[in-house]
Amino acid sequence: MSGYEARFKVWRGDTRGGGLEDFAVEVNEGEVVLDIIHRLQATQAPDLAVRWNCKAGKCGSCSAEINGRPRLMCMTRMSVFERDETITVTPLRAFPVIRDLVTDVGFNYRKAREIPAFVPPSGLGPGEYRMWQQDVDRPQEFRKCIECFLCQDVCHVVRDHEENKPAYAGPRFLMRTAELDMHPLDAASETGLDRKRTAQDDHGLGYCNITKCCTEVCPESIKITDNALIPMKESAADRKYDPLVWLGSKIRRRSPAD
Amino acid sequence: MATGTEPQPSSGGGVRTGTRAAIAAPHLRTDRWWLAPAVTAAGLLAFVLYSTWRAFADTHYYSAPYVSPFYSPCLAERCQTMHAGPNAALFGSWWIISPAIIILIFPLGFRLTCYYYRKAYYRAFWLSPPACAVAEPHRAYTGETRLPLILQNLHRYFFYAALLVAGVLTYDTVLAFRDTHYRWGHMGLGTLLFLLNIALIWAYTLSCHSCRHIVGGRIKHFSRHPVRYRVWGFISRLNAHHMLLAWASLVSVALADFYVFLLASGAFSDPRFF
Amino acid sequence: MSVVDRQEWDVVVVGAGGAGLRAAIEARERGARTAVICKSLFGKAHTVMAEGGIAAAMGNVNPHDSWQVHFRDTLRGGKFLNQWRMAELHAREAPDRVWELETWGALFDRTDDGRISQRNFGGHEYPRLAHVGDRTGLELIRTLQQKIVALQQEDKKETGDYESRLKVFQECTVTQVLKDGDRVSGVFAYERESGRFFVLEAPAVVIATGGIGKSFKVTSNSWEYTGDGHALALLAGGHLLNMEFVQFHPTGMVWPPSVKGILVTESVRGDGGVLRNSDGKRFMFDYIPDVFKEKYAESEEEGDRWYEDPDHNRRPPELLPRDEVARAINAEVKAGRGSPHGGVFLDVSTRMSAEVIRRRLPSMYHQFKELADVDITAEAMEVGPTCHYVMGGVAVDSDTAAARGVPGLFAAGEVAGGMHGSNRLGGNSLSDLLVFGRRAGLHAAHYAAGTAGRPRVDDAQVATAAAEALRPFSAEGPATGEGQTHPPENPYALHQELQQTMNDLVGIIRRESEMEQALKKLAELRARARRAGIEGHRQFNPGWHLALDLRNMLLVSECVARAALERTESRGGHTREDFPTMNRTWRCVNLLCRLTDPGGPQAASDPVRGQITLSRETTDPIRPDLLALFEKEELVKYLAEEELCA
Repeated sequence: MSGYEARFKVWRGDTRGGGLEDFAVEVNEGEVVLDIIHRLQATQAPDLAVRWNCKAGKCGSCSAEINGRPRLMCMTRMSVFERDETITVTPLRAFPVIRDLVTDVGFNYRKAREIPAFVPPSGLGPGEYRMWQQDVDRPQEFRKCIECFLCQDVCHVVRDHEENKPAYAGPRFLMRTAELDMHPLDAASETGLDRKRTAQDDHGLGYCNITKCCTEVCPESIKITDNALIPMKESAADRKYDPLVWLGSKIRRRSPAD
Repeated sequence: MATGTEPQPSSGGGVRTGTRAAIAAPHLRTDRWWLAPAVTAAGLLAFVLYSTWRAFADTHYYSAPYVSPFYSPCLAERCQTMHAGPNAALFGSWWIISPAIIILIFPLGFRLTCYYYRKAYYRAFWLSPPACAVAEPHRAYTGETRLPLILQNLHRYFFYAALLVAGVLTYDTVLAFRDTHYRWGHMGLGTLLFLLNIALIWAYTLSCHSCRHIVGGRIKHFSRHPVRYRVWGFISRLNAHHMLLAWASLVSVALADFYVFLLASGAFSDPRFF
Repeated sequence: MSVVDRQEWDVVVVGAGGAGLRAAIEARERGARTAVICKSLFGKAHTVMAEGGIAAAMGNVNPHDSWQVHFRDTLRGGKFLNQWRMAELHAREAPDRVWELETWGALFDRTDDGRISQRNFGGHEYPRLAHVGDRTGLELIRTLQQKIVALQQEDKKETGDYESRLKVFQECTVTQVLKDGDRVSGVFAYERESGRFFVLEAPAVVIATGGIGKSFKVTSNSWEYTGDGHALALLAGGHLLNMEFVQFHPTGMVWPPSVKGILVTESVRGDGGVLRNSDGKRFMFDYIPDVFKEKYAESEEEGDRWYEDPDHNRRPPELLPRDEVARAINAEVKAGRGSPHGGVFLDVSTRMSAEVIRRRLPSMYHQFKELADVDITAEAMEVGPTCHYVMGGVAVDSDTAAARGVPGLFAAGEVAGGMHGSNRLGGNSLSDLLVFGRRAGLHAAHYAAGTAGRPRVDDAQVATAAAEALRPFSAEGPATGEGQTHPPENPYALHQELQQTMNDLVGIIRRESEMEQALKKLAELRARARRAGIEGHRQFNPGWHLALDLRNMLLVSECVARAALERTESRGGHTREDFPTMNRTWRCVNLLCRLTDPGGPQAASDPVRGQITLSRETTDPIRPDLLALFEKEELVKYLAEEELCA
């Protein structure tokens, strides 16, 4: 495959407004969308704002929407498009724009702070932690998250309803509650913190209607819905909607999730 | 600092909210994103129409030795007598409409609250959202936080009920190893169909997310529960195919019913193997 | 000029990678109000790219391991040029730093008895690298990030404000360390998003900005790696140590062009990957240097057996230290035995099943599948050397991480020099970040608490820094003799020329004439960089950001070229074609770079003089009890006679 000229539409602008701008740009074999954006910077639009870092799908900086789909620019190869196709690149549309392809992702950092941190078990010093691989497998899947925030962007709960942002943590951070809840040594419950209940009451788990777009866009292929959100919903159901479990926990005086 | 953590003022309007990138189009997808919800809607609608007709028909649901899964167990006095079949006249003679209505509540409720079907109909019928990154048409959204959708949390009760129903259908499948004169040790095309159907029903029921949670999902230390861990692993592998099983079992249950209808109405006669 | 916003903090940490975050955590826990400044978003630092693991002699997999063995491996890897006290502290403290991460929520891969699993790596005698698949760096950065959030949650409970004691200024760049006389008084920075300037006043500043890879064309490093911290330290009066030592990682991707340089983790080889040339030959057996002859397998059979039975076999030469492997690959390609795209073949598919590969090397599988359309479970990867790490860096005190000569300035992580000597072992970087990040935070907090009276920030310095930062907006060429002006230079073009220069002339194999040529070219680029001009305004303008980073890259590149020209031997990450062997008399020589004229204009274009003055110093003799860890026969290969007697 030799080089060719591709047509791009890139959203340029800032908080005051903006629009899609047309570019014709050279594309070479093996390139990804981010390469083309860089070529635009170097040759046609030196002040085109874009976030990026590792260029290998590991840092989650270059999130954007390509032909309307949330994706990492560094992991979207040009070969998936037809040569005569016009490729549209816009910033993430669930967050306030700053400039060009750069958005204000502060929402996510605010939400990250609202999730109570890991509670180390009392009585275990550094070096004394013992955990088995089958116990850490589940939370490890969630820790593959590169925080690209594509799931937060695509989730219609906040994408289509700005007013839900205060009440809803979004898939990434509901997954974080699941991760901590499944951590074999997290001692939150000993301090009176019930992560299952807070996921429902404080972080808006009930807003999720499991339509799975978070899983669909995840560049790390984390099964966010099946492995994190639904288990959290089931755990919350244990607590709040299952009188049998409730009764059992009262009688046996222990947590059903040992 | 806008990349910092100060809260932003917010206003309604979804992707067209004032602070977001000024793009008028509700979405910019160029692929056939509408295809999946359209097919889902068509499939579900077809099943709803068919099953409504069959459930209210109150006829042609038994042809020895087969009983339609829509009418099993049959819990009213008006039920057709099925030799050693799933008759139990818990509801007396006062029940005057189709007895299918009594029992269908359970599998219907199970499927209605199923995590896969929820996704399917939220997308296909509610358009909430119609597809990923395609704006939904609703002004407000509260998800499953309040009535009636908060009742989706009852899924596990329907799961327990679905286990019982699957048990009865298993019994019906055993009965299908008889001939039209109730002699054991025979098989016809219907038996095969019933076997297929019950296998898919079980696979669908057991692959359910509630089941996965109950058998092991709530355990924090798998290493201390090796047996439940293995069962959980098995259910998890099944669960990965939950969508496929949901559709396959939906089709097979309708097919089994339709086959009984054909036999009972005399439009077709069951090819017997032995 | 508008009034520049000022804030007061006790400790300012520049950089939010592993070292910066660890320093910030420590400083905050010691009671210092701490600010962290980073160029990217919080949690995106280059540390996420680290794949293999954290080297720490916990002895979980092989109980024979101990800090002494780790120390020995580190010194061997660095060819005995390491600042030995740093290597000692590093080896002693690394296990505690790893275990500490667990108490903050990290989830490493486990051994069968529930402890942290450890894997083999080049240059490490025992399996030593704590890891999480091949995404250990991500785990490290996320754990530290979440620990910072945990501390902020504590502060919120106490003070009502998350950021009262620990604040992260993300997407901000520091362009100047400010001083009050000798002492550090704060930093001058701009917000990338708005272009707004601000000053953080603080008696102690920790530099943890990472490396310099973006000065080279083929590099595994991200855009952030422009040598900012190195340059900040130089400009503040600090010294850079042994800048000639640049590590070329032997295995970077070579195809497709757009990802050339991106790292292929050493775990591929640690887990059994073999290197072959276009003849299908495992060529590494031909490249075992004499100093390592006894430690490595002589036949493929023995090397293969080692994976199963490491106690009775020697390891395969694919696991030699990185410098050796990089040079070998370079030589094979030059000899015409390379792969179609100019690398060699790295193959794991022959030794491991597809399922094992996907489990143990998930991100490598993903990376090749997505970016190169290569299925590593079925075919070989094409790999070649890529600029990866700089061993040289800010000269620091081993125990306190304090930058020599600048009270109040500290440096930790890749930006600090000395720890790794002439070549870093894989896995020693993440442990370095933790050990010295913590030490830098600790001593910065002590220093800040102990200073009598806060240093004063000088308005004139702030004004100068602001004017310097704004210059690219008004770039016009200076009048030439004939009264004409040069057009403004494109910063992207300048950057590309710089990268090409460093890659071609000060790359993996170096020659005197080429380096002299490089210094000339750098002088020319320096002059042109003064005229780097940009379009647009100050809000999130990448052209402007690059124009400002050019200053740093040019300064650092000059240090590398000058030091490389001076050191007339080959050692670790510095290979001279004209001096191909290691010279024992150079072992005790450190090369120090400092700014020739700290107050003067940063544009001196005289290639001979440049901006950097180089000096030599003699290293401290290694403490006898540490020397006693080695066999005499080994020491004679490295140390000069008089050192052995001492």
